[in-house]
Amino acid sequence: MAQATRKKPIASEVDTALEARLAAQPHFRTLRLGTPFQPRIDALGLKQDWYSWAGYRAPHSLWDEELEYFAIRSQAALFDISPMTKYRIEGPGAEAYLDRVTLRDVTRLQPGRVHYTAWCDDDGFVLDDGTLFRLSPTRFRLCSQERHLPWLLDSAIGYEVSIEEETEAVAGLALQGPTSFAILRDAGFAGVERLKVFDLAEFAHDGATVTISRTGFTGDLGYELFVPADKALSLWDRLMMAGELRGIRAIGYTALNRARLEAGLIVANADFTTSEHAIRADRLRMPDEIGLGFLVDPEKGHFNGRRAIFEARTKKKLRHVLVGLEIEGNIPAEHAIVYYRKSQEVGLVSAAMWSPMAKRNIAIASLQRPYGDTIVDDLWVEIYAMRELQYQKLMKKAKVVQRPFIKLDRRTASPPADF
Amino acid sequence: MTSSEVNWDAIVIGGGHNGLVAAATLAKSGRKVLLLEAGSDLGGAARTEEFAPGFRVSAVAHLLNRLHPDVVKTLELERHGLKVERADFMPSVALSKDGSLVLHGAYGEVLTGASPTEQSAWKELRAQLLRYAGVLKPFLSRRPPDLAGMSIAEMTGLGQTALALKRLGKEDMRDFLRVLLMNVYDLLDEQLSDDRLKGLLAFDATLGSHLGPRSPTSLLGLYYRLAGEIGGLAGAQMLPKGGMGAVVTAIRAAAEQAGVSIRPASPVAKVVVEKGRAIGVVTQGGETLRAKTVVSATNPATTILDLVGPREVDTGFVRKVKNIRMKGDAAKLHLALDRPPQFSGVDAAGHKGRLVIAPSPDHVERAFNPSKYGEFSPEPVMEITLPSLADVSLAPSGACVLSAVVQYAPYALRAGWAAGRPQFLKAIMAQLETYAPGIGATVRHAELLTPADIEARYRMPGGHWHHGELQADQMLMSRPVSGWSGYDTPLEGLFLAGAGSHPGGGISGAPGLNAARRIIAMRA
Ligand SMILES: Cc1cc2nc3c(=O)[nH]c(=O)nc-3n(C[C@H](O)[C@H](O)[C@H](O)COP(=O)(O)OP(=O)(O)OC[C@H]3O[C@@H](n4cnc5c(N)ncnc54)[C@H](O)[C@@H]3O)c2cc1C
Repeated sequence: MAQATRKKPIASEVDTALEARLAAQPHFRTLRLGTPFQPRIDALGLKQDWYSWAGYRAPHSLWDEELEYFAIRSQAALFDISPMTKYRIEGPGAEAYLDRVTLRDVTRLQPGRVHYTAWCDDDGFVLDDGTLFRLSPTRFRLCSQERHLPWLLDSAIGYEVSIEEETEAVAGLALQGPTSFAILRDAGFAGVERLKVFDLAEFAHDGATVTISRTGFTGDLGYELFVPADKALSLWDRLMMAGELRGIRAIGYTALNRARLEAGLIVANADFTTSEHAIRADRLRMPDEIGLGFLVDPEKGHFNGRRAIFEARTKKKLRHVLVGLEIEGNIPAEHAIVYYRKSQEVGLVSAAMWSPMAKRNIAIASLQRPYGDTIVDDLWVEIYAMRELQYQKLMKKAKVVQRPFIKLDRRTASPPADF
Repeated sequence: MTSSEVNWDAIVIGGGHNGLVAAATLAKSGRKVLLLEAGSDLGGAARTEEFAPGFRVSAVAHLLNRLHPDVVKTLELERHGLKVERADFMPSVALSKDGSLVLHGAYGEVLTGASPTEQSAWKELRAQLLRYAGVLKPFLSRRPPDLAGMSIAEMTGLGQTALALKRLGKEDMRDFLRVLLMNVYDLLDEQLSDDRLKGLLAFDATLGSHLGPRSPTSLLGLYYRLAGEIGGLAGAQMLPKGGMGAVVTAIRAAAEQAGVSIRPASPVAKVVVEKGRAIGVVTQGGETLRAKTVVSATNPATTILDLVGPREVDTGFVRKVKNIRMKGDAAKLHLALDRPPQFSGVDAAGHKGRLVIAPSPDHVERAFNPSKYGEFSPEPVMEITLPSLADVSLAPSGACVLSAVVQYAPYALRAGWAAGRPQFLKAIMAQLETYAPGIGATVRHAELLTPADIEARYRMPGGHWHHGELQADQMLMSRPVSGWSGYDTPLEGLFLAGAGSHPGGGISGAPGLNAARRIIAMRA
């Protein structure tokens, strides 16, 4: 009896402990988080075609893949980039810190400017690529595909700098396409016409500030907007209203992915495996092996991976190369194997499409040097085209070509065109 | 900042015994070498100091049991005053209230005070320990194998180990592999029954590390000790005449004769790096000195994080260096006594030996337990020497010096060492009083150096014996950090040569010698 009376309070203690633990596990109830724009996107997501982007519920497509793509190229497309990992990096040592962490020379990045960059581990293998926004002399925002807080914090030892993840606190939108400038102007962002490619500036919005940069992932005229999460919906509405007559459309990732391929841009963990994700030793990539060698600045001071990268260059230890391919025919060669003389396996296509803009069958592929580097003739891809439950094997000629696959004057024209 | 015109082939930072060995070896190869030592005296943790008027003692390290034969030979230390004689070898005495037990000769060639059964069990175990330590010996002296690009010489070294393994025979080899990562407590239980003997061995296995006898891998510490030798005898030990400073004096004489320029009282503030290459140093006085090679024989973490600075190396490397565990647990006690103490049941020869208070392996384990939580042992374990008995120059006539290494005294004592030191001294004195009744009344002066004191006085971070825990994950290819165990660093022209590098600490000179050989081999 004495035992029974003792047991009861213990049991309820356990219950409360369990409840407290469950309450501390929201991820257990919400498998994929919503972004600050989710109410608007859910309303437009007629296809209910979601995927997980860094743990967020993001649309592959909202209503029609084809039309979403053409919204980018002939109207204006609104794409939610809130799940992108964002770090606020601030302090008197921020510039020197980022110069040590990333490949490019950050001392040459002026306040009010953005640059594309990448960063490596000690062995010179790429951890990620991303965009670095210089918001002021001492304040930066680093955007990337993967998460890197432990790495960024350990890199901060010895620098006067603070690093904070702001992925949740800051909502982001990409507004891309020929009418994007006109929409921003009509939405009342006075002065936005002065932004040249890779410029950024702050504008008033709903009692807060929105940072608008002339950047994007489409190779088109376009902008990216960052705003505090609680002002996300009012920003969305402001753009949608202003863009109604200029064909603004919300889009999903499939459309964006096509545009970025035409622009020749690579995606981490799609076109190459980031070094913290790679399990197999031969999947690691140095910048020179994924077409990012141009980011490496030999003139600047020490940066992570410097020793390894230059050693690989001088000792000719680079084993891979990333190239743009043009493939005969019009059947996309997605994930096709690349052959030399139709027989020797030399690489793999990581992204491919029939490009409506380039009117070419294009692809990005990783090849084993010297193929794609010094040997560029006699390359072939083997496409497996599924035709009514049978593969039709096609051996198609592939030509190494320059990236980007398309070059649009309107992307860089200043002032931007008023479509 | 003034810039000196002199250009050196090599600058060695740190005049501990390893720095001196590295400098001397480099100079003997024809290089122009400058050695910069922060302190006014050389030797680092190996020196003889006066701690009370007329009383001198080996300030940190007191027992010589692993000075590497190659160091003695290469630097001709015997010609420069080092004296090692068989008569100097001292016994180890396991003190106990049940009467003491003595290991004579080189680590108990003869055991007295134990039952005949225990004596024969010990004979077998001793032979086995020395056999297995012998297998590890080449590993624990040479440069660790470079897994990526092994040279022929390194292959040969590995081959020798393989051969030694093979020579063990099948059964023995199996057993070697079985016990390699065992804890010492369980191994002793398998083979011995006398708590006094087991206590002594448990103490020796864990001395200088943050492990108790029951901690996994604690047996490695015993192998490390037995892989050392002196005068050609594995496991032998001696108190150098004139204290540990005399050993350093011999190494210094060799260095000076080889042409090393030695500058004491010259702390280095910074290693100068240009385009990924170390090109010299800046002293705290502001002088810039350039050299083709910079060798740091100070702590590896201090070298990378303070002297080089994290900006000049990669994040992953900084991460590894920051993670090196180096919080010491060993304190050093120096007593100036009116007269020699009398340890109960110990004869005159025993008093000249190493007296160990570690009456059982459980006792050692219990002494270790509180250190995990930032508290010192209420009943500490210790090794005691009375160096003035054999070397009267160390104390005024009739008086006596006691030098003891005491565990466990965690570097980061939760209560802080200002408050903790007097309490810990009391706990130590209580132990001493039990084994040497009346000793307390003869204390003229007591100096207790906690790991915090050792850190401050001798520039040993964490006051750590080995400049970094010597445990399986921080040994061999992982010492000081994985990927950089061959004395070189990610910075071209910068090398590490102190106890923090392979094989580890103790007065061996092995890291210093290996580093110098590495540098010489790279240029060749
Ligand atoms: C309590 C205790 C007891 C021990 N007992 C023994 C023992 O009985 N037997 C044994 O074999 N070992 C013993 N050891 C271990 C032994 O003392 C060490 O492993 C050994 O002394 C390390 O030698 P080292 O030359 O590598 O480093 P250190 O002796 O630490 O020498 C490093 C030198 O570098 C100098 N330095 C540091 N920073 C700078 C700078 N910025 N510029 C210039 N110079 C600098 C220091 O002043 C110092 O002289 C003991 C250790 C401890 C802590």
